[in-house]
Amino acid sequence: MDWLNAIVQGVLLGGLYALFASGLSLIFGVMRLVNIAHGDLIVLAAYLALSTTLILGVHPFTAILVVIPLMALIGYVLQRGVLNHTLGDDILPPLLVTFGLSVFLQNALLEGYTADPQKLNVGSLETASVSVGELSIGLLPLSTFVVAIVVIVFLQWIFYHTALGRQFRAVSDNADIAQLMGLSKGHIFGLALALSLVVCGIAGILLGARTSFDPAVGSGRLIFAFEAVIIGGLGNLWGTLIGGIVLGVAQTIGGKINPGWQLLAGHVVFLLILAIRPRGFFPRVEH
Amino acid sequence: MSKVLLQTDSLNAFYGDFQALYDVDMSVCEGETIAIIGANGAGKSTLLRSIAGLIKTEPESVRFDGTAIGNWRADKIAKQGIALIPEGRQLFPSLSVEENLKLGSTVGRTGHWQLDTVYQLFPVLKERRTQPSTSLSGGQQQMVAIGRALMSNPEVLLFDEISLGLAPVIINTIYEQLPNIISQGATAIIIEQDVGRAMAAASRVYCLIEGRVKLEGSTHELTREQITEAYFGVAA
Amino acid sequence: MLVVLFLVAAPWWAGRAELRLLGEIYLYLSLACLWNLMAGYAGMVSVGQQAYVGFGGYMLFALTMFVGLPPIAAIGVSAVLAAALAVPIASLIFRLNGAYFAIGTWVIAEVFRLTFAQVNALGGGSGTSLPVSIVKSLASSRSGRESLSYFLAIGAMILVFVSIYFFLRSKRGLALTAIRDNETAASGLGVNIWRTKLEVYVVTAALTAAIGGLIFLQKLRISPDAAFSVNDWTAFVIFIVVIGGIGTLEGPIIGTILFFLLRETLADYGSAYLMILGLVAILVMIKAPRGVWGWIAQKYDIELLPMRYRVQLDK
Repeated sequence: MDWLNAIVQGVLLGGLYALFASGLSLIFGVMRLVNIAHGDLIVLAAYLALSTTLILGVHPFTAILVVIPLMALIGYVLQRGVLNHTLGDDILPPLLVTFGLSVFLQNALLEGYTADPQKLNVGSLETASVSVGELSIGLLPLSTFVVAIVVIVFLQWIFYHTALGRQFRAVSDNADIAQLMGLSKGHIFGLALALSLVVCGIAGILLGARTSFDPAVGSGRLIFAFEAVIIGGLGNLWGTLIGGIVLGVAQTIGGKINPGWQLLAGHVVFLLILAIRPRGFFPRVEH
Repeated sequence: MSKVLLQTDSLNAFYGDFQALYDVDMSVCEGETIAIIGANGAGKSTLLRSIAGLIKTEPESVRFDGTAIGNWRADKIAKQGIALIPEGRQLFPSLSVEENLKLGSTVGRTGHWQLDTVYQLFPVLKERRTQPSTSLSGGQQQMVAIGRALMSNPEVLLFDEISLGLAPVIINTIYEQLPNIISQGATAIIIEQDVGRAMAAASRVYCLIEGRVKLEGSTHELTREQITEAYFGVAA
Repeated sequence: MLVVLFLVAAPWWAGRAELRLLGEIYLYLSLACLWNLMAGYAGMVSVGQQAYVGFGGYMLFALTMFVGLPPIAAIGVSAVLAAALAVPIASLIFRLNGAYFAIGTWVIAEVFRLTFAQVNALGGGSGTSLPVSIVKSLASSRSGRESLSYFLAIGAMILVFVSIYFFLRSKRGLALTAIRDNETAASGLGVNIWRTKLEVYVVTAALTAAIGGLIFLQKLRISPDAAFSVNDWTAFVIFIVVIGGIGTLEGPIIGTILFFLLRETLADYGSAYLMILGLVAILVMIKAPRGVWGWIAQKYDIELLPMRYRVQLDK
């Protein structure tokens, strides 16, 4: 029973990791950008939610109404103001600029909020649970998982059934030709990062509701996101969900064997999968 | 003659340090179709890419309807009503046929051309509208590329290598449709390797050689000999 | 040359604090040169070199404490061990392209950190100090130890710098530059890209581990968080190289000088100082991607350490 419980907890944790990962996956798909500051932006969102609850006195889930537009704005401005200047054939500039951004954000958060761990107080939801047989499933992890699925369905819908998604795919295929169709590459990339940061916003609030956070936890979230993306296979959002679940289960089982092994088990499983299936479980089929 | 819609004035174009065009002067009047001929590497595609904004040039060296657009971004030029059908079709592989066409309408210009009218022009595309664009034959892909450009209801259509790599029967079909394509008030510049076809379709031709305009004139007045001489750069 | 001799003689003219600072500068310069070799020349951007710094440090402690090796021999052995470990690691993370390779290196560093935190004999998560007897075995007096560790640091720096210089001027080094400039063309020329990159990765790992050993021989205390710190051993190193000029030999030198000048003046501001570093790196990367040295070299058309062969027509 304990093991089953660990697996269920791992699956639900995987939902959170898939949320971390889908934003990373999205911008890689549209503009081949790997954002090293991704994890720090998730943490930034958690802090923005914290400030909103403190200033406006609202519930963290209501704070989402403030956090999401703010994150979208940050994403758009960041892309157009900074990252668009780094995109090209050379992978160094975007990598190093987002790395610089990561260091900047981490220390800006330290300046603004100190290194003390913080938490978003979501009230009774934190401890509420439902019983399935002998299993007791926390409502918060369960709703996080559901949110992850809703977000992925939403992103899939945007990508494959809207004009915006068509533009994302066109720019990703061939940015020059897309410009001939009147698409501004800079604008589309701005929208892509805005959307990615909206997902970061949701992920950040759920992260803050589940566990305590401090300015330094961003890099860990980036690594989980990255592992989920690679395990699932590049360019496939449902694969990313599976990747998140594999990672989550590996961590909870590892942690069950020895608490010190929790993170290590996740990394080891990731490296094993990289060794046997370097393209992940569900790589996107190339046309 | 009606007014000049698009013109280049001492257009110089570069790929990095390499100069591909030297002082090209060219003009097209409203409703006119002109052809650009010349050997491979003569700078024909570069000329169209410069007009479409894929290659930046001096602002004054390309004028559209009186406005200097030489240094504009491609997407702004597209919104002004210039559409390029690029060499090699260049469809978006992750988009279906219909999505490729719809993308053409992103420019946001309304007019005769919309999904229905494009499907009337090329009925075969309607049957295949949900297929990935890469699953089509070369000729059908060219139809998608033309349709995609038309969806922006352009004032000027730039055809780069309209028949390159296509079967003769397909080329015939496309040329038969050319009057329908252009008849909706559009002005066109076509690049065509086949001099005979170019002469038949256009009212004037420009012959480029090594990045310079070697010869220009009305298709009625130019003789085949003059063109052959310009084309192959026979020394005087 | 004179500058180098002057610096080598530092123990006879400099105070203890200066000596320590200079030693630290040499070790940072070595790390910067090594990272620059990987990223700037071989196109492999690693954000996980702290894996080898920490490995070198921990191996120094383990080999001296449990195997009884003298510290300097332990550093040599740990470099060899790092190289041996780097081969299977490379075969894994080379499967990741470009930017994902970077994060892959980070995962490896995390695995190292978490693994060493599990080793109770080395103090687990809270770390351990080098036993006094081993420290004393280096040299009996404190000033003797400080001079020795200074000489080791400057020696390591010279070794790293000179070997990178000659490597880059060798046939393999030129192949590396070819890869950086155009991977497809280089493979067309018969350059075995995978192998050349592997060699660079492995050699860099070994030398980085040796530098790591020297760093913790100076510190005399190690813990997983200090040994595998991404800030200390990768972020700072990246700033040094980026600000100085990535892909140039001179860049890391300029970058190290600038970095330590900044640090000595702004270090009191703590995280604000790091924010400034982050911003400076972003600005440099966008406005002058070849860094301060690239900017100077372009402006005055100079090259202190000629890398390119000039065609000579002699019969």
